[in-house]
Amino acid sequence: MSIEVRGIWKHFGDFTALRDVSLHVEPGELLALLGPSGSGKTTLLRLIAGLERPDAGAISFDGEDATERSVRDRRVGFVFQHYALFRHMTVFENVAFGLRVQPRAQRPAEERIRARVHELLDLVQLEGLARRMPTQLSGGQRQRVALARALAVQPRVLLLDEPFGALDARVRRELRRWLRKLHDELGITSLFVTHDQEEALELADRVVVVNEGRIEQVGAPDEVYRRPATPFVFGFLGEANWLATTVDGRKARVGFRPDDLEISLGPLDGHAFAARVRRVQSLGARAKLELVSAVGALVQADVPAERVRMLALSPGAEVFAAPREMRVFFDDASA
Amino acid sequence: MTTAALNEIQSHPSGSVRAGLQDPPLVRAALVALALGFAALFLLLPLAAVFAEAFSGGLSVYWNAIRDPIAAKAIELTLIVAAVSVPANAIFGVAAAWAIARFEFRGKSLLVTLIDLPFAVSPVISGLIFVLLFGAQGVFGLWLVAHGVKIIFAVPGIVLATTFITFPFMARELIPLMQEQGSEEEEAAISLGASGWQMFRRVTLPNIRLGLLYGVVLLNARAMGEFGAVSVVSGHIRGLTNTVPLHVEILYNEYQSAAAFAVASLLALLALVTLVAKRALEWRIRQETRA
Repeated sequence: MSIEVRGIWKHFGDFTALRDVSLHVEPGELLALLGPSGSGKTTLLRLIAGLERPDAGAISFDGEDATERSVRDRRVGFVFQHYALFRHMTVFENVAFGLRVQPRAQRPAEERIRARVHELLDLVQLEGLARRMPTQLSGGQRQRVALARALAVQPRVLLLDEPFGALDARVRRELRRWLRKLHDELGITSLFVTHDQEEALELADRVVVVNEGRIEQVGAPDEVYRRPATPFVFGFLGEANWLATTVDGRKARVGFRPDDLEISLGPLDGHAFAARVRRVQSLGARAKLELVSAVGALVQADVPAERVRMLALSPGAEVFAAPREMRVFFDDASA
Repeated sequence: MTTAALNEIQSHPSGSVRAGLQDPPLVRAALVALALGFAALFLLLPLAAVFAEAFSGGLSVYWNAIRDPIAAKAIELTLIVAAVSVPANAIFGVAAAWAIARFEFRGKSLLVTLIDLPFAVSPVISGLIFVLLFGAQGVFGLWLVAHGVKIIFAVPGIVLATTFITFPFMARELIPLMQEQGSEEEEAAISLGASGWQMFRRVTLPNIRLGLLYGVVLLNARAMGEFGAVSVVSGHIRGLTNTVPLHVEILYNEYQSAAAFAVASLLALLALVTLVAKRALEWRIRQETRA
């Protein structure tokens, strides 16, 4: 199912959570809403779910206006950040909930419910845990119960709020791969919220970068990473160095990533600049260099450790540095 | 007292107190002795005295005092009052706790303050308020007389005064509990297609059931034991508007000490049952919140 968000505004008291946000989601797409905390990404997700009402703007599903439709009728599966499993129900009853509360006329018979729940538990690989209580599960298992519960009512959209936020790094990576696989199998339109750029870039078909209630950029992971539209996107998606400059008489900022820096003892072609090494920090195969440019700007470089050994770099050394790739942002323009 | 506060006190067993905060053994022993001694002197001793005095005339005196038709009537009235005011306050408490824990609205802090009002006002004053409102000379007095409705010096007045006095217990118990649990489970229920009623019955109610029971136990103990406010509105009509505490006072004033304490022992028994139930519920709540 496709989702169309048009001109959404949302205020909480004096705080403006979303400012004129518009977004189109393709059917079957896996979309990441990426941004720092407080950027409005979760609010956007909750608005699409119908858990919040917009102050202005419209939301439609498959071209059909859903702005006034309640959560109950939207048929969205929502997975909460802290899972929100029903604490007094077993795993089985949690997953069965959406089927049991259906109007009597549509409610499946008990054995149909049983079969459907076991099918879902099988899908999320929790077949043996049907009779456990939520408190007896690990974080990753709870996450998958929450997912199975949301899928039980055959939602048209799956919305996940920080789905891996509360998990440790190893479980997170595993679950990420597993979720991508599940999405490809089910083909259900999905949106997830995250503040982790690595997660967004690895998992999503397209990434929506949100900042201060506005959408900064929408694009494929490679596109937002390689061609960031705004200084914010550039800075948020990875480490960044910034140098002030003028291009054609206009003030501008040049941004480049620490690992896109070529270091040499002799002059280099292109946009090279002279700098002095202030600190060398070796981290296994890579080394971090702290450079001070001729005009006194601090620049971070991330180079192969071998390069440092080859050039015999140590604090005080005079070098030339050239960004292989960089982005120029004019101060008097938004992009 | 709320369970949240209790849990905090009890979640620090003596073994886990940081060594830096340990007082010298002598100071500790003195403090423990003082606390226990105080409790024995002011709590245990009176309780023992109630039962000792109640049985001082022998079992038959005890039995007759309780079986006395007027005493039986007082017990009946007390049960009726509790049967009305406990459910009424339970329903109000859930509604108020829900509103306060779940929504932002104008006048919320005023509501929170108002809920505590009966705690702040002396029960006698509370009783007088009802006399001023519904008594023969009261604000609604003429209207009530004209329509033949009797509130003051009758059962409705006693129920009203008791309900007013016990008003805060349930809400005070549930507000912190519901705030701590948050509304995510309820949102999850709605997003899965549950109606408001289904959400309440299948998710909210089971989650607060222990707090609800705890509140009912406290409400009930207070409703049955209330003296001051009830004393003002009841009129002390024997066999008609006397509750158990009022009946005890009358017996005592008539120098029927053994009978007075016999009936009083029922209230003491209620207190003991309440304490045990309260303790058991606190234990269950701790088990659930820890898990």
